[in-house]
Amino acid sequence: MAESASFAGFASRSDTTASLRHPAVIRITHWINALSFIALLVSGIAILLSHPRLYWGETGNVATPSLIDLPLPFVLANQNGWARYLHFQAAWLAVLNGLVYVLSGLLTRHFRKSLLPAWGEISWRSVVQSIVNHARIRRRSEEESLAYNVLERITYSIVIFILFPLAIWTGLAMSPAITSVFPTLVLILGGQQSARTIHFFVSCFLAMFLVIHIAMVCLAGFGTCMRPMITGYSAAKRTEV
Amino acid sequence: MKQPISRRKLLKASLATAAGASGMVVAARLADRYGLIPPDYRGIYGIGETLTYASQRVLMSYHSLAREFKESQISTVPIVNGDLPHNEVYENLLAGGFNAWRLTVDGLVDRPSSFSIEQLKSLPARTQITQLACEEGWSFIAKWTGVPLSEVLNLVGVRPQAKYVVFFTLDKQWWDSLDMPEASHSQTLLAYGMNGSDLPEGHGAPLRLRVPRQLGYKNLKHLSRITVTDSVKDIGEGLGSVSPEIGYSWYAGI
Repeated sequence: MAESASFAGFASRSDTTASLRHPAVIRITHWINALSFIALLVSGIAILLSHPRLYWGETGNVATPSLIDLPLPFVLANQNGWARYLHFQAAWLAVLNGLVYVLSGLLTRHFRKSLLPAWGEISWRSVVQSIVNHARIRRRSEEESLAYNVLERITYSIVIFILFPLAIWTGLAMSPAITSVFPTLVLILGGQQSARTIHFFVSCFLAMFLVIHIAMVCLAGFGTCMRPMITGYSAAKRTEV
Repeated sequence: MKQPISRRKLLKASLATAAGASGMVVAARLADRYGLIPPDYRGIYGIGETLTYASQRVLMSYHSLAREFKESQISTVPIVNGDLPHNEVYENLLAGGFNAWRLTVDGLVDRPSSFSIEQLKSLPARTQITQLACEEGWSFIAKWTGVPLSEVLNLVGVRPQAKYVVFFTLDKQWWDSLDMPEASHSQTLLAYGMNGSDLPEGHGAPLRLRVPRQLGYKNLKHLSRITVTDSVKDIGEGLGSVSPEIGYSWYAGI
């Protein structure tokens, strides 16, 4: 049993009580996504700080009315080049990694089995029950942590199938080269400045998700959540079929 | 019980590595031949830059057109960004109403030439209402009139080995370059007019570059010289323009 001892505290494959919680593809794409999202967030804020003013429609500048004047200084004008290089590099990483994740999710039926809420599951009662459970800030048992509850399923589905695609779409809609090939991308959104504004709000929601996600991991039990996302295995025995 | 790596596994792994490496070399050769590698491909951000540039060049290879707008969408206040050039040459030309100004065209061309603004105005013109978007996030729409760069290039006769068209300005600190697909694109203009009158000083009089498929900073003002070349390695730091030298990407299609 030298193998399990080497992973002090972490259940390993040879442990008979351990069950596979997150397959390798999920774990690897999760952490690559985490890395690229942090890079996108930091560089995105730096890019915003060169002109923290949002508009609606096709055009907008300091001589036109704004939609929102963010209470931030125009500090990074002419010095956000590094942020742009980093933003687009990280965007490539996020998109390619996301493609691997989505393909594997479809092929292994991970989405249907473990992520998308079942239709019968989406009832006010189950959602309210899940919210109440979250509000009690109760550490969940290892068994409960083997599957996502309805609130988690809804949240993750929104992030993966709505917010990330919207961030990519609105990002592409700001590119004069891309919109020369696919003008519809920006026309549907009502203009290049609208795309920029939606990109900002989608990023805010994603940042909010990140904060809540980390808070929930801590509240639900840091080890219980992190162990399976790193090693793949949960200490709990799987009872469901 | 862990088994030591078997000979078969080792052989498979090394074959896979060799195949992968040679595949990469072939891909790089092909990408270079078809002009899919930007001059600023080096460094940690070179991968993302090259992916962006190569994929967009392939997507746009059918000669995609930048969006054009209606007269009613023209911005009432076209924002002026940046200062006028601070040097005697520019100030003297400005004082003389740019009568003494000439655009020099040289490099890999059959007939090196120079053009006065009147000569450029006598060439076939194009007027287009397009958007100028700054990398910072702001933008405006205006109507630009000018001679397509391709008209000028055809006049001087570009040699087949040409790969880049390099632009120099009266503002000595700015220079930039375009690849041949962008330089010969029908919307790439040498603009001398804006919103129905001569190009204002703040917008780059007497002549500016308009590249509507790329961001604002690619649209150099106060042009003075155009050089056609097969390599940008010996100009400045060899990165294709001033932009990468101050931290911005050479290709600005985003």
